[in-house]
Amino acid sequence: MLMENFTPYSAAIGGFLIGLAAVLFMAVNGRIAGISGIVAGALLPVRGDVIWRLAFVTGLFLAPLVVWFATADRPEVVFTHPLWMTALGGLLVGFGARMGGGCTSGHGVCGMARFSKRSIAATATFMTSAILAIFVLHHLLGV
Amino acid sequence: MRIVSSFLVGLLFGFGLVVSQMINPAKIIGFLDVAGNWDPTLLVVMASALVTTLIGYRIVAIRSRPIFDTEFHLPTNTVIDRPLIIGAAIFGVGWGFAGLCPGPGITAAAIGGVAPWAFVAAMLAGIWARRFVKV
Repeated sequence: MLMENFTPYSAAIGGFLIGLAAVLFMAVNGRIAGISGIVAGALLPVRGDVIWRLAFVTGLFLAPLVVWFATADRPEVVFTHPLWMTALGGLLVGFGARMGGGCTSGHGVCGMARFSKRSIAATATFMTSAILAIFVLHHLLGV
Repeated sequence: MRIVSSFLVGLLFGFGLVVSQMINPAKIIGFLDVAGNWDPTLLVVMASALVTTLIGYRIVAIRSRPIFDTEFHLPTNTVIDRPLIIGAAIFGVGWGFAGLCPGPGITAAAIGGVAPWAFVAAMLAGIWARRFVKV
């Protein structure tokens, strides 16, 4: 059956929460909620500009534990690719996000919401390359 | 206040990722596999987040400055250049390989075993390595 894994309602609610977080971050701290940029700034620190970044990352990290505790159900995290591929993916994600000035959150949500031409171009590019990568892996190489 | 608000916003962002199941690589890969058993969930997450942000940013723009800062920090570069496109293309391949992007990687690390930690460690190495490549 087609689309048997589709979960539209939780997707819409979760997406709303992500958007709300992005809006609040702009309202309160005046910044784009771009995760790769926030992390990169903590890794290559500028004085007085590190702790809020670590605080944001700590919030991200604690969220699933809070949900797990509140609902008594552990959120699912299922890896279908081998570990080496996940790690290689991480390397490319970090490198590419810095070279391209953003990731799914910064370009895909925040930048597109500002109608940034760069973000629209970046999002179209990474969507295309990700779909191509999966096509090659799954349908040509049989991973 | 900037630190507390950043923590709370990070937490809210993380809730969104957990509720929408974007911390589950199987969901991401299911979306990217358009020739397989396609799962459009990610598209709905992105559309919902985008519409919310689009409307919300317009409300925020009524203010001349943010609540806990003296000015908005917005990107000023508007040129579609080589690093943007090459970087985004590399990012996309990595996203497909791992089924995780930076936010979900960090969030999944709390509950997802060793694989998301390997992802995050490699991601930090990738961020760091960017400094040494001239393009």
